[in-house]
Amino acid sequence: MRYLPKSDAERVDMLAQIGARSIDDLFEVIPAEYRLKRDLDVPRQMAESEIIDYFKQASTKNAVGYASFLGAGCYRHYRPVIIDSLVQRGEFLTSYTPYQAEITQGTLQAIFEFQTMICELTGMDVANASMYDGSTGAAEAVMMAARITGRSNSVVAATVHPEYREVMTTYAQHQGLPNSVVGYDAETGRVDLKALEAAITDETACVLVQSPNFFGVIEDIPAIAELAHAKGALLVVSIAEAVSLGVVKPPIEADIVSMEAQSFGVAISYGGPFCGVIAAKEKYLRQMPGRLVGQTTDADGYRGYVLTLSTREQHIRREKATSNICTNQALVALMATIFLTVYGKQGIRDLAVQNLAKAEFAAKTLSAQNGTKLLFAKSPRFHEFVLQTGEAPSVLNERLLEKKIIGGLDLSKWYPELGNATLWCATELNTRVQIEAAAEVLAAAAVAV
Amino acid sequence: MATNALTPTKTGPTPRTTTGKVRAHQTQNEGLIFEKSSPGKRGYKLPPLDVPEVDAAALLGDVHRESTGSLPELSEIEIIRHFTRLSTWNYAIDLGMYPLGSCTMKYNPRVNEFVSRIEGLAEAHPFQPQALSQGSLEIVELLQKCLIDITGMDTITLQPAAGAHGEFTGILLVRAYHESKGNARRKILIPDSAHGTNPATAAVCGYQVQNIKSNALGGIDVEELERIVDEDTAALMLTNPSTIGVFESEIHKIADILHAKGALLYMDGANMNALVGKVRPGDFGVDVMHLNLHKTFSTPHGGGGPGSGPVACKAILEPFLPTPVLARKGDSLSWNFDRPQTVGRVRAYYGNYGMFIRALAYIMANGPDGLRQTTEDAVLNANYIRSGLEDLYELPYKTASMHEVVFSDKRQAAKGIRTGDIAKRLIDYGFHPYTVSFPMIVSGALMIEPTESESREELDLFIAAMRSIAQEVEETPELVKNAPHSTRVSRLDEVTAARKPVLRWKPEAK
Amino acid sequence: MSYPANYHYTKEHEWIDVSGNIGTIGITDYAQNTLGDIVFVELPKVGDTVTGGATFGSVESVKAVSDLYSPVSGTVTAINEELATSPDKVNEDAHHAWMIKVELSDPSQIEKLLDAAAYEAFIAEETGH
Repeated sequence: MRYLPKSDAERVDMLAQIGARSIDDLFEVIPAEYRLKRDLDVPRQMAESEIIDYFKQASTKNAVGYASFLGAGCYRHYRPVIIDSLVQRGEFLTSYTPYQAEITQGTLQAIFEFQTMICELTGMDVANASMYDGSTGAAEAVMMAARITGRSNSVVAATVHPEYREVMTTYAQHQGLPNSVVGYDAETGRVDLKALEAAITDETACVLVQSPNFFGVIEDIPAIAELAHAKGALLVVSIAEAVSLGVVKPPIEADIVSMEAQSFGVAISYGGPFCGVIAAKEKYLRQMPGRLVGQTTDADGYRGYVLTLSTREQHIRREKATSNICTNQALVALMATIFLTVYGKQGIRDLAVQNLAKAEFAAKTLSAQNGTKLLFAKSPRFHEFVLQTGEAPSVLNERLLEKKIIGGLDLSKWYPELGNATLWCATELNTRVQIEAAAEVLAAAAVAV
Repeated sequence: MATNALTPTKTGPTPRTTTGKVRAHQTQNEGLIFEKSSPGKRGYKLPPLDVPEVDAAALLGDVHRESTGSLPELSEIEIIRHFTRLSTWNYAIDLGMYPLGSCTMKYNPRVNEFVSRIEGLAEAHPFQPQALSQGSLEIVELLQKCLIDITGMDTITLQPAAGAHGEFTGILLVRAYHESKGNARRKILIPDSAHGTNPATAAVCGYQVQNIKSNALGGIDVEELERIVDEDTAALMLTNPSTIGVFESEIHKIADILHAKGALLYMDGANMNALVGKVRPGDFGVDVMHLNLHKTFSTPHGGGGPGSGPVACKAILEPFLPTPVLARKGDSLSWNFDRPQTVGRVRAYYGNYGMFIRALAYIMANGPDGLRQTTEDAVLNANYIRSGLEDLYELPYKTASMHEVVFSDKRQAAKGIRTGDIAKRLIDYGFHPYTVSFPMIVSGALMIEPTESESREELDLFIAAMRSIAQEVEETPELVKNAPHSTRVSRLDEVTAARKPVLRWKPEAK
Repeated sequence: MSYPANYHYTKEHEWIDVSGNIGTIGITDYAQNTLGDIVFVELPKVGDTVTGGATFGSVESVKAVSDLYSPVSGTVTAINEELATSPDKVNEDAHHAWMIKVELSDPSQIEKLLDAAAYEAFIAEETGH
């Protein structure tokens, strides 16, 4: 087998050297009744070309050549080619966690740069070296807030990504960390501040909101922060669309930011692997989960980097750890780091502004069509918006698919109160032609709102 | 051919020399990306807008961002050089062996990278119509089927993003199962040899951790187990083979004792590289386990992640699986969200999907014969190392090793040299260190797992290096104590890094 | 290393210096030597109660964490703020780098602790010389 660097002759020789008669000797420790006597039921050994054929075939059964207006936590952005050129270098791809700092300065310095850029973008003081994704990051942020405040409840906005909320519930249920959900204002699509105020008590560890929220609307972070802090609760802001930080004010009033960095050069790849990150104010540093890279000097005074504050982590603290996380998303974080250096200070803004422009055009154009209404129209938003139509989303989307367009996400599963509503996203990759084609399909709707 | 680049002096400490790479060379002094930045440099170009321009400040009003702070500004070549230079400071599997115990640092096949980037797969959105995702779903179905047969389980979820995440999911399943029977139970038993994620996971799931000692053979003390398992025990979290590299010979007794009291057997699948194709955990009594695709199934470590931690289990736990679950109806596959007893979601979407593609490609490249041969070679390699070093390094447990072998530094400690020093000296020979000081039940542990990816030549070089170091311990211990000598940076000050953490670059105050 | 004669000691290597009803608590030189370079000390808040034999905080080196056990029960009246920025003081002079001061709720607990001689004998046994 071509990944195994041994000839049969070598195997025989090595066995002789260690005094075994056959390889079976080395597996004698396995009780006979359990030893597998048949081949595993997996596809037979394939040539490399056959493997590629299989996956190419599979890909043809997926949507190819469709225009897509889906967002909802996974965003289509252009991935600069040099990202893959660099991350596929063996020294990055096949390197291990940088526990041996002297021989992993490449990874460590890149993570240090990542941590720095996340701080710059989010307005926080410290950032970790990544979490699994935005959904688990949000759950870990809540746990972090509970540790810091010593309180057990959390208040979560209904405008937070529904799947993120499901994950938070799963994490919370066995740690005595109940959460309550606060609704949104039907006009603005933002968290209902009055309901929020009523929901926060002396037992609230944190308020968690997403901005831009699941509807694409940007929340009133300063107002929410005031309400949370007034009762001694922390504010956690979850960010699902990282590119928004190019043009939207960072949530500096937050205590903890949990971000999904998938938009920074990470392929959507049917939902993973992505790149979560937790950033926070300096004073909460020791309660942060996940790896942290710190700057230091070596014995000769040269600058270098190491994993630090490891005593928070599972391999030392064991049951008292801040989290059980071990493996993170290092290579994906490297993609994000390279993406951010390609775009840089000016580019990330230009990119975000292009997204704004595309979405603005799409929102205007689509909502101008027969029977289509733009919800939350007066609220500031980034590149997603909600359309209400006379037609049921399933019918509308079928008609769009006929034109090879994947339309907005049907919201009825999670927000039935919005009636026939779909969530649309337009990024720099959506073209005017695509938007106008979608508008045509909407125009042909038979029903008025 | 590994050479000791240093000529040891026999009198006094060896002065630090930099024979590895020349320190003054610009590629060795690459600064932070921010230090290379200057205003106005560009690495990007956006296509022109085909829609009307917008005034962002007017559009966003209060929430408009004025400045993106100190993000760097560089051209493309500088970015390529920066990260390329950084990459040359890293050790990697592509360069040489990582004998890290329980990490299974095997070859990361490149075809895996190629197929995961095929457009229709890489661009698939998790919410796109299921009818247009049959390719992605087929891959899930096939991988699930393969992993179920490999583990001997009945069903599986691919949702967890890493091993620890898989442990979390597995223990949630355990809890849900017990709750459905009316008694959640309060304790999880964990051997003192376990990886730190095990007790951390138990705690995150709201369980009390009860430690159980290993016996003289490095396995579970079965009599002790019998004594302490009771109706309040939810499960035992077992790693098999253990972190000593030893197969639990009394595994049937262990499973029976637990099951007799209604408790479950959880297996940490980190050491599956010793078992694939030879034995199946489901066959020896395991009820639920996680796999590490980034260990056993060749997906790349990438400097610390991403991983993937599928959880396979017996039918009794099926109702509780994270939602959604893949379902087939005739010709088509879809996600089933109607799961009333589910423990919930453990992450958004369906898991670290890109790693599923890679793991499946690995399984296909091997086939059943390749997988079996892989396991045999992994165990052969570890035993070859054991036989090559057991005259010089102390073996605390004499039981047969499977895919990894654990020595202790007892003999070298007598000369004042500890496992950590030996590990650092190994770097000068061109190897990554083995796992130092773990598992905790061995004082001064050297935990070595070569994997099947090492040729005889590499193994011989490794053995020669370790033998040479053992000799240095006798004759020139200072050389070992002050290692490494040939790296770009010498030992880093971890104490100051922890006392006064500097976790980001800051622009100079103006 | 000599252990101050007027202090009392625990087998978990804490010392306590009692004056009136206030006990000043730290860790012994043996403890700091075993731990290595200390990077962080986690202490309770003023006003917290502590229980004799139970943990009141922890001390961290780069690679390990050790719990701190209170020799006595009572209320925390002061914590040594200096240790937040200079945990190395514990390494420098463990017997004067105090951690917390406690108002004793049960002064009789002192009698159950080791005196300097008994503590020295105890560590001699631990280290085998």
